[in-house]
Formats: sequence, C-alpha cells, structure tokens
Amino acid sequence: MKRRDAETAESVRRISRRGLVMVGGQVAIMGVLGWRMRSMQVDQAESYRLLAEENRISVQLLPPARGLIFDVNGVPLAENAQNYRIIMVREEAGDAERALRDLADLVPLTGEEIDRALEEALSRPPHIRVPIAERVRWEDLSRVAVNAPALPGIYPEVGLSRHYPLGEDTAHIVGYVGPVSDYDLSRIEDPDPMLLLPRFQIGKTGVEQKHEGDLRGKAGNRQVEVNAAGRVMRELGRIEGTPGADLQLTIDARLQNYVQARLAGESASVVVMDCDTGDIRAIASAPSFDPNLFVRGISVADWNGLNENKYRPLAAKAVQGAYPPGSTFKMVTAMAALEAGVIGPEDTVYCPGHTEVSGLRFHCWRRTGHGNVNLHTSLKESCDVYYYDIAQRVGVDKIAEMARRLGLGMRHEVPMSAVSGGLIPDRAWKAETRGEQWRIGDTVNASIGQGYVLTSPLQLAVMIARLATGRSVTPRLVRSVDGIEQPDGAGEMLGLNENNLRRIRASLFDVCNSQRGTAYRSRIVAEGMRMAGKTGTSQVRRITAEERARGVTRNEDLPWERRDHALWVNYAPAEAPKYAVAVVVEHGGGGSTAAAPIGRDVTLQALYDGAPPLDAYPETARREAEDLQRRLELRDIRGPLSRDRA
Amino acid sequence: MSYLEYQVKYVPTGLRKLLYLNWPLVFLVTAVACLGFLMLYSVAGGDLGRWAEPQMKRFALGLTLMMIVAMVPVYFWRNVAALAYAVSLLLLLMVEFVGVTGMGAQRWIDLGFMRLQPSELMKITLVMLLAAYYDWLPLKKASRPFWVLVPLIFIALPTMLVLRQPDLGTSILLVMGGGTMMFLAGVHWAYFGTVIAAGIGLIAAVFQSRGTSWQLLENYQYRRIDTFLDPSADPIGAGYHITQAKIALGSGGWTGRGFMQGTQSRLNFLPEKHTDFIFTTLAEEFGFLGAFALLVLYALIILFCVLSALQNRDRFASLLTLGIAMTFFLFFAVNMAMVMGLAPVVGVPLPLVSYGGSAMLVLLGAFGLVQSAHVHRPRQR
Repeated sequence: MKRRDAETAESVRRISRRGLVMVGGQVAIMGVLGWRMRSMQVDQAESYRLLAEENRISVQLLPPARGLIFDVNGVPLAENAQNYRIIMVREEAGDAERALRDLADLVPLTGEEIDRALEEALSRPPHIRVPIAERVRWEDLSRVAVNAPALPGIYPEVGLSRHYPLGEDTAHIVGYVGPVSDYDLSRIEDPDPMLLLPRFQIGKTGVEQKHEGDLRGKAGNRQVEVNAAGRVMRELGRIEGTPGADLQLTIDARLQNYVQARLAGESASVVVMDCDTGDIRAIASAPSFDPNLFVRGISVADWNGLNENKYRPLAAKAVQGAYPPGSTFKMVTAMAALEAGVIGPEDTVYCPGHTEVSGLRFHCWRRTGHGNVNLHTSLKESCDVYYYDIAQRVGVDKIAEMARRLGLGMRHEVPMSAVSGGLIPDRAWKAETRGEQWRIGDTVNASIGQGYVLTSPLQLAVMIARLATGRSVTPRLVRSVDGIEQPDGAGEMLGLNENNLRRIRASLFDVCNSQRGTAYRSRIVAEGMRMAGKTGTSQVRRITAEERARGVTRNEDLPWERRDHALWVNYAPAEAPKYAVAVVVEHGGGGSTAAAPIGRDVTLQALYDGAPPLDAYPETARREAEDLQRRLELRDIRGPLSRDRA
Repeated sequence: MSYLEYQVKYVPTGLRKLLYLNWPLVFLVTAVACLGFLMLYSVAGGDLGRWAEPQMKRFALGLTLMMIVAMVPVYFWRNVAALAYAVSLLLLLMVEFVGVTGMGAQRWIDLGFMRLQPSELMKITLVMLLAAYYDWLPLKKASRPFWVLVPLIFIALPTMLVLRQPDLGTSILLVMGGGTMMFLAGVHWAYFGTVIAAGIGLIAAVFQSRGTSWQLLENYQYRRIDTFLDPSADPIGAGYHITQAKIALGSGGWTGRGFMQGTQSRLNFLPEKHTDFIFTTLAEEFGFLGAFALLVLYALIILFCVLSALQNRDRFASLLTLGIAMTFFLFFAVNMAMVMGLAPVVGVPLPLVSYGGSAMLVLLGAFGLVQSAHVHRPRQR
C-alpha cells in the first residue's frame, strides 16, 4: 500500500498530538496516585500505624436471634435456649493446635471435638470466631475464664441454640436446624457472610427451612479495638442486627400432641383441617423423631436407628406419603358421574360380587355381592361394582378433572419438606409417561382409587373439606409472619351442583350413622357433633386368583409390608362442617377397623378442644374410649391463650 | 510512510537487531519484575519455592517470548492481527463452555501445562487489531459513522463475553484500551464527548436499576460498588479487604517497616496478598519511598514506549506501541487505585509484580511487539 507523504505526515502529526493528550491524562492520574500514596503513607501514617500495631480493629459479627415459632394459641414450638460455649480466634491464639491442647488440659474435650475445631479454624479466615465446644458445664466455663491469660484467643461465650420444646410432636412440621453445609452454600448464589460463620445454623427441613428467609434475620456487628494480645480494649461501634421474624402456625399444639400420642405404635398419618379457613390444626406422622437430636449433631447410632426403622420415622407421611386412596376416592367418581349427568342418584346397578370388563374379572370387596345398588347404598356400603359401572360411563378424563377440582393430584403449598403432588392418571398422562394407551381396565381400577391413583393424607383432607363446604378450601399452615396475618384458604365456590353435593353428604352421613354403614361402629352420638365420612381400604398388592380360591385374603395372614392400607376421611359436625379429618394407617388392614376409630377420636378431641365426654361415644365403645383416655400420655401444654381460656 | 516503502538495507537484520532493541525498556521491565520476586518471597514468609520461583521461571519464559516477538518484523504482526483477534475471541467463547471456575468466575482454560486466561490475551490482540484497522483505513474516513461503528463492534464482542464470566475489571480495561486506540487514531472529539455524557447516563441507570428486574450488574458487583463508596458498611465482608489494605498501606510510613517486616501482610489479613493486593505488602515494607519508586518505574516504562512511538513514522507501529502503553498504564493505575481505596475492587493484577502466569506472559509478549516496532521502524538516510 502506497501512501502519499502528505498523508503520512498528517497521520504522524495527529498521532503525536493525541498521544501527548493521552500522556497528559496518564501523568495527571499518576499524580493523583502519588499524592494519595503520600497522604496515606506520610500524612496519615501515624493513625494507620496505630491501627496496625497497637490497636487492631477487630470486627465481630453478631448473629441475630432466630425468629420463634408458635402454635395458634401462642405455645412455643421452636425457641432459642442459652448455652455456654467456648470459642477460639485463630489469629489471637497463634498456634491453634497448641492452644487446643492447653485447653484440653482444663476442660474435657474429645479428640473428635479437637480435630473438628482445628479443621474449622484452619479452613476459615483467622479473625473468625470458631466454636470449640458447645453446651459446656458452668464449672468448665469458669475454669476457662479464670485461666484466660494463659489461653490467648480462647473465650467463654453465651450463645443461643435452637430448642424444640414439643420434640417429636412437631418434628415433621417445624423441622429442625443444622449447621450450614457445603451443599447448602453451593445452592446459594450469593451467601450472606453470616452463613460462613462456623456452625451457624439454618433450617434444614420443614417450616424452619421453607421460612428460612423470615426466621433468620440480619446480622449486626461490633467493631472493637484489641491490643497486641488480642484483649478487647474498647468497643468502637456497634450495629445491631435485626432478629428474625416470629411465625405463628395454624397448628393447635394440644391437638397435635393428642394425635401424635393416639398414633403411637402405628405407621400412620393424620391431618385435621379447619373447613372454613383451610387452617391445619394438626398434621401428624407417626412414628416421629426428636428434632433436638439434630440440633446437637446426631450420633451415628441414633441416625442409623432412624434410617433403618421400617416405619420410616423421618418421613412426614402426612404430606410426603402417596397412597392409593381406595374407597375414599369413590366420592370423586360419583361426583364426576353426577355432574356429567350420566347417572341419576336413584339409578341402580346390580352387583353380583364381581363384574367382567373386556375379559377380565373385577371383584367387589363383598364376594356375595350387594344386589341392586343406588348411589346412596353404594357409598354407605362401599360397593365396588357400582363404581366399575359408572366409571366406564363417565370416562377417566372427567373423573380426573373432578379429582383435581377437589384438590387431588396437585401439590398444595404448605411449608413442609417434600410435599407430594400425588398422581391422578388420565389418558394424556399415560400416553406421555408410559407411551401406552389407556385401557378400560385402568378406568375400572381408578374408579375405586386403585391402579395408578395416588394421594397424600393432606390431599384427602382437602378433598373431604371441599366436599363438605363446596368451596375450594386450600390448606394454610402459617397463620402469621412477624404479626402479619397470611391470607386464609377459604377459597371460592367450586361451582358444583348443590343437589349432587347434598346427595353425597347424606350418603357419607349414613356411612357413620346408619346400621349398615361401614363406619357405624365408629360413629359419634353426641347431638350436633355427629360426623360424616368414608372408609377406604387400599390394596398394595394384587390378589391372585389362586389366593382368592384358597381364601387367603385375610390381612392378618400376610406380612406387614403386604397388608392393605387403612384410610378414613370425615368431616364434623355433619350439619355445619367445622373440621375435616383424613387418616391413613400404613398396612393397617381395613379402613373401618383400623382408621375410622382414630378419625373419630381425633375429631372428638378437636370438636371439644380437649378430652370429650364419654357419652359422645356410642355405648359399646365407651369402655374402650375411657381406657384409651387413661392410657394416653399427653403433655401438659399451656400457652398464654389457653390459660386465659381456662 | 508504510513498511513497504522504506528501504530494507537501512533496517537491521539478523542478530544485529539485538543492538537496536529498546534496551532501557528491557532493563525497566526486568527491574519491576525483580521487585515482584522480592515481594512474592516476602509474602510467602521467606519461602522461595511457593510463589517467587515459579514466577521467575515464567519471567524467563516471558523474556524469551519477548525476544522472539521482537525479532519478527512488525509488518508480520500487522498481517496476523485479525487472526490473533479471532483466535482470542474463539478462546473466550471456549471459556464459556470448557472454562474452569476460579475465584467465583469462569476465566480459565486448562491447557495442561498452564492455565490460560484468554481475557488477558484479548487485551493485547484487541489493540493489535485496532492498530491494523486504523493503519488500513484512510485517515479522512476515520470519523465517518460507519467506520466508527466497525471498531466499536470489535471492542463490544470480547467485552460482552468477558462480562459474562463475569469479570468487570477486564471488561473495563478492554473498553478503555479500545477507546484509547480510537482516540489516538484520530476519531473526532465529538464522539468521545458523546460517550462520556452517555457514560454518566449509564452510571445513573446502573444505580437506578438496582433491585428492579432489569438490573444491569450482578449483585456482587453492586456490593463491591457499595463497599467502595462506604467500606465501613460491610467491614467484615467485602469491605474488610479494603479496610485491611488501607491499614497495611498506610502503616508503611516514609521508609516502611523493612523487608520481610510487614506485620499486616504477615498476619494473613488479606486473602489475595500475592496477587491483586501485593502492592500493599510493598507499600508496607518499603514505605512511601518504595511505593513511589515502583510508580516511577512504571512511569518510565510508559515514557520509553511513548518516545519510541513518537519517533516511529509507521502508523501501525506507533498506534500499537501507544496502545500497549495505555493498556499497561490501565493495569497498574486501576490496581493501585483499587488498593488505595480510590476505585472499587475489580480484580486487576499489578503488572509484572502480581503472581500469575497468563498476565505475565501476555504483557512480556506485548513488550515484544513494542520492541519489534522499535527495531523495524522506518529509517531515512
């Protein structure tokens, strides 16, 4: 490329000019840098040197008090208890290992504790306060305080640690806190510096985890001047943190305690919901565990014990469990058929004890059959063949749609861990997930809540509450956050035909209160307290033709894992529904014998807000009820409000 | 005058080129690097093998690279400028996919024997490309909107990739380095006036958008700005570094505490004391005199580059030299301003002193370019 000389000259001139402007700018900036150096290192050197040498600033993070959790009456479910502990600041201790050895001469420390403290201290910045021992006895603590001059960088301290006064009763709801793990940190994009404090505790499960943001609060800090030995000379400034917000749950601790006690020995779950507001009064899963074990750091033996228990104490079955709903699903099928107009309430189906569908034989639970059955008797006596028939007429998609309107097959927003969405199958679902066509046999199975249908106890409670009220009641577990009331779950009208609902409710009433009803033995006789409900018994295995022929279908003959689940849903009082209850007893056998009595007892306890009078029970059940009342060991729970009431 | 025009016989050839190197520049660079070895030895607590020795090896490697680059005629570098830029851009793209995450950002590609930071390479290749571009572009077209847009795209592409990593420091350096090239090449003043006005507008937008759904920076970047504006607001988190850096620096006094005697750096207050914050150690141990001496050394390096550029009648060569000088300036100015609390902490190393392979090699390679431009400058007899 050839350039004219004039152009080259112009280019050189311009570059020189602009280059000099650039240099001018650079000189100016370097001047600023040099001036800054001078002002910091010469003019202010004295003050900086003072800070550096004699009195170093030490900043201590002040962790906020975690928000408390109360029940609906103000009974504390999670509180902060004081505990004495010993902490170390590595930069002041110098040789951390020697400091810990010296400390071990004064205070009993296990090798494990020393190693853990050492590892934590070395992996963090040197000014961080690392706890060495928690829950130290007062004598040990004072020995550390007396020997402070010989133990630089080691301090006694009063800390707060989480305590769950109701222990097992609320373990699945409230959850527990534990130290921040690397996994926790990796999931947080931008961790609060507080989380990096050694053994800082955050919610791991349940409400503690889901409401971590509300409960944690904001850290404050204090700046102190320390001398060369690390002794605090004076406090320069203090920024107070904000304590976490308190939560009030909808749970009634006394009812919760009763339910948990009533379920003792079973692998079962119960949900008690307020029909008007969706407030969950009790949500219990049994067996449970002591969350305080986790706060302290659970031992391997305890952990293995919980993990290997076949009743799965760690699982919050009330929300995590997904069970075939069995006959408790029949209201859904019935409502779908009634709303679609494919049956009238008085239309009958003949039940010979079984039915043939596309070459397969489907049995009714009563082998001799129910004869001519209409809607009322089909629910009251829980005839299966009736539902096989109407389900084929209405089709699975309409049944699935009705199930979803009634709150099944969807995840309800409650702040507990691993809330299950259950499963309501339809044609599209099967095509999508299994790549198979829907078969008529699938509809038949689904009609009585078997086959692919799965529901959680919470969903069943929502379903029965919606049937009782006709509104789309949704569950609410947290009543208020920091004193601000959360929206309730009363919901809108579902738009279901009121006549159809009334038919279903009348049938459910007779399930309990008519001689031939499946739950007649578990009825309530007190006027104005009577309940309406539905039993369910769901198979977890297929009964082979051979077994049927031999007659080995009795649950008692089977190993526990293969026995039927026992289910129960009800609301009460039947005339003006107040509470909706769902009970699932895993592998408990028949719904009417294993689940309905629990539902009755829990309902009575809720309706009477305490132990019910014995004459609420039918005469035949009074002795047993009295026995039970005497046997159950309940906690003495008195909240601020319950005292007022008394 | 362009390279093809000057007579080859006046340009030194073969090993005689060594005599025509810009030797003062070589000595200055080596002096700064030696200061760096001393500091790395000191912050390692008198351990040579920890940081100082690997750094020396890298410097030797870099010096060799510089010599090799210097021996190659500068027109070669002009001809491969576009290619070099394209390769750097490709490497930056690769970081997106196969990059190794370090210090919370994806910046590295693992080459096996060393970890390459393509954003470092980009700082130089962008300058090369822009110098070649303005060498090719007739002078009177330089200010036409279309021909202004083209270099803007060259700058914007790598800047956006680097921002995604995210590395705010490098993207600022890229934009300022690229902008300087356009300024030097003679783009009309009005453009720069507009950009500065727009920049003020953008800063306003950045602060206005905070907390809304369209916020322009990452949260951690906002917090660094907060910390810069008021270090005491977060003295245990991000502000901790600034506070401690200032204490270390300020406590140096006139003459410092003496080599290996700095208490602040010894007490492990600073997490990146061997990389971005190494200047605080120097300032603490050698005081104002030591810190100012380093600043003077840096200024001399710039001075020799600028002198070489002003003598050079080849447009590409002088633009390249000035551009590299500016990039080098931005490195140390931003780093020093950062540790002295004049600028937010953006993660820019102190050139030739901070521990780090990519930056060292790339910088020495860039000085090789400066040397090549110097050796092969057109001479008239």
